[in-house]
Amino acid sequence: MLRDYSKLNTFSKVLRNNAEVYSNKPCIREKEYGIWQTYTWKDFYHQAQVLALGLRDKGLKRGDKISIIGDNRPNLYITIAAAQLIGAVPVPCYQDSVAEELQYILEHAEVKIVVVENQEQVDKVLEILDRLPNLKTIFYDDPRGLENYKNKEIHSLKLVFDSKDVDLSWVDSEIEKTSDDEIAVMLYTSGTTGRPKGVLLSYQNIISVTSKACEIEKTTVNDEVVAYLPMAWVGDFIFCVAQSYLSGFCINCPESRDTLTTDLREIGPTYYFAPPRVWEGMLTQLMVRMQDTAKLKLWIFNYFMVVAKKWGNDILDKKSVSIWGRCLYNLGYLFVYGPLKNNLGLTRVRMAYTAGEAMGPDTFLFYRSLGINLKVLYGQTEATVFVSLHRDSDVDPNTVGPAFPGVEIKIEDDEVLYRGTGVFKGYYKNDEATKATVNSEGWVKTGDAGVLDKSGHLKIIDRAKDVGKLNSGKMFAPKYIENKLKFCGIIKEAVAFGDKKDFVCCFINIDLEAVASWAERNNVAYSGYIDLASQEEVYDLIAKEILNVNKDLSKDAELFESQIKRFLILHKELDADDGELTRTNKVRRGLILERYGKLVEAMYKNDKECFIETEVTFEDGKKGKISADLKIKDMEVFDLEGVAA
Amino acid sequence: MKKESVNHEYSQLMDIKNVNLSFGGLKALIDVDLQVNTGEILAIIGPNGAGKSSMLNVISGIYVPQQGVVKWKGQIRKKIAPHDIARMGIARTFQNIALFKGMSALDNILIGRNILMKRNIFLEMLYLGSSKSQEIEHRKKVEEIIDFLEIQAIRKTPVSRLPYGLQKRVELGRALALEPELLLLDEPMAGMNMEEKEDMCRFVLDVNEQFGTTIVLIEHDMGVVMDISDRVAVLDYGIKIADGTPDEVRSEQKVIDAYLGVG
Repeated sequence: MLRDYSKLNTFSKVLRNNAEVYSNKPCIREKEYGIWQTYTWKDFYHQAQVLALGLRDKGLKRGDKISIIGDNRPNLYITIAAAQLIGAVPVPCYQDSVAEELQYILEHAEVKIVVVENQEQVDKVLEILDRLPNLKTIFYDDPRGLENYKNKEIHSLKLVFDSKDVDLSWVDSEIEKTSDDEIAVMLYTSGTTGRPKGVLLSYQNIISVTSKACEIEKTTVNDEVVAYLPMAWVGDFIFCVAQSYLSGFCINCPESRDTLTTDLREIGPTYYFAPPRVWEGMLTQLMVRMQDTAKLKLWIFNYFMVVAKKWGNDILDKKSVSIWGRCLYNLGYLFVYGPLKNNLGLTRVRMAYTAGEAMGPDTFLFYRSLGINLKVLYGQTEATVFVSLHRDSDVDPNTVGPAFPGVEIKIEDDEVLYRGTGVFKGYYKNDEATKATVNSEGWVKTGDAGVLDKSGHLKIIDRAKDVGKLNSGKMFAPKYIENKLKFCGIIKEAVAFGDKKDFVCCFINIDLEAVASWAERNNVAYSGYIDLASQEEVYDLIAKEILNVNKDLSKDAELFESQIKRFLILHKELDADDGELTRTNKVRRGLILERYGKLVEAMYKNDKECFIETEVTFEDGKKGKISADLKIKDMEVFDLEGVAA
Repeated sequence: MKKESVNHEYSQLMDIKNVNLSFGGLKALIDVDLQVNTGEILAIIGPNGAGKSSMLNVISGIYVPQQGVVKWKGQIRKKIAPHDIARMGIARTFQNIALFKGMSALDNILIGRNILMKRNIFLEMLYLGSSKSQEIEHRKKVEEIIDFLEIQAIRKTPVSRLPYGLQKRVELGRALALEPELLLLDEPMAGMNMEEKEDMCRFVLDVNEQFGTTIVLIEHDMGVVMDISDRVAVLDYGIKIADGTPDEVRSEQKVIDAYLGVG
């Protein structure tokens, strides 16, 4: 449905309109007590209005910040809506942040009220409350375990929702006051480098970009999306909140993080978004499970996967395919792809995106060959997500697609720059950083190195600042190498070193699930992660994969010197709780180099072994130490033509 | 789950006086007095063979002592059939898990509601009238327990496929489904790892706090016992040698001797 967004130029106006046009259509669902409970657009709007009054009574004014911390829950989405109704700015935070990380954001944003999901989050906020002079009120959604909390700052959301005889006319007058250049939401970037920065996005940013995205994908009121990615991430805000506002479709909140697979299957979303990690995890798990199946089934699976690989992608792209190919593919759909998609909960998926990291072409094509219309998206919080996007029938696994409508892209000194309607209003209280990112003509630096190919598709190589040079003068792009390593499924994370060095070395994190299953099938006994990671057989297994990557790299004149000469398998998984990854699971190179500097040195000193002790943070915030002797293994490298040296 | 009012009609839920229990020549309990106060968490501890499980079975009514008096809410309790024990509001979990292995977690917990179901075979066959509303009511209660114990993800998994810690949790769920006044836990943390123990402790405390359920538990992990119980009773060779708050019991010389041996 097309609406006039020059009049409906803020979320509160759109929401009010939705409550009229979609009134009894589902707006948001949540699985509770084993049953999907639905809020209609009318309910949602009403609840948001009531809560808006409650927030006003706690002193929240136009322009004030209100923070939301928790898993995707209807009441937290209602809180965002309520804040926007009265012109306050919602600041969603990552639910798994530790107290210190939260403190920085709540302090920097001068948050007045936080609305949290449960006791866990309340405890975190209470821990830092005395350091936050602006924070006066904490609302919680789930009362469990909070009965005996006596702090005067803590209030239940339910009490607000239950309040009777509320006069909602005030909210209506507030809606009229909102304008499109107001800040709709403030999202903190994950902070791959240094402190997180608060990105300010206006209604104009969000509505102009989202309406185009809805147009491209032809989203309708009948679409379904499952909200499971962190609310603090711009993707959740755009794909779930904004697109649902503009198209009227329903957001489904899973029961808990553990039940996601079941919930996906029950809902059967038509619109599915997942970072490469999730797609890869799904594929790894699938392959592991297939290994355990009966021989005949495995044969059928393998046979039809070959069929899919041959014709699937072309059929999806509506290219001409022989009748024989179509027949076999349809048979395969009946026996394998259909049931498989059903098992993954992806039967109804009409549009699927991945973004955030590079995705292995094999994985990417695997899903596409099953008939899932998976596309790559390149974006940034600063761009209101969309910079470039694959279009239907114009998909290339090695690129991130052509520019999004209304966005211009140019390459300057290898770095990707863009401008368009989605460009953010600035970093909160950080003009210096804003000026360093956006130039006077409105071009935004992405910090990514990339190229535009002949067909106008953008190809991302690496973070610009991470691209270095080997001592020989050849380019060294760590991410490019790491991604190649990660595509194999048994390597979960890799960190490559080589800038200002003679050759390339790397750290490997094994994928526990995949390697454990391999170990079981090959009678390799182990007692735990550390033990498994140090097994000679596992080293050999990883070496085999690295050899493939080396062979691949040796075919590229630019990169053949980036072949990996030495590697070691880390004794622990790199973890966001230890600060080694960002909350969006990106490697923090500087910190890793600092913490594991000793290991890097050992690799370049030709040592065969190195002792390391590291501090780890457990889920409850306690700290402990683990130590291990790590073996360093040498690798064979190839000449430029791909021949062993 | 809604907080239910605690029954304070009797400050002593159970009063056991001079109980003697023997199996042939073996004296399991000798002149034991024990009170269970309403709303408390009482731990029974003691070395192996001290008579802890026997004591728990006397409380639950499985064993009838040869001598002594057992009073339940001020009334003397005679020999009693198991389904009547459940009806009195006493539920328990077992040292070795006693679930129906082939059934799902949900069905196992639903079985705990058995005693509260009013049956009419004809209505049930047709799923009509009261049987329908009853079914919904019971399933709602079970779902509340699933939510409370945070086992949504395993709702439909056969319990035999679950790890030990989760099976213990399902068993607790089944006991809770009875909406008991008195909950008996026989070594709820045995065989668990640190994390599972911490979870279980929290659930035990939450049950006590939110539903006001009185809890009697046997446990070997002294850390757990001292952390969560309001009162500790110590048995040694069938004799109660101490009874008091964790701190009092800890400093009692007899207890130290029983545990460390007398030199």
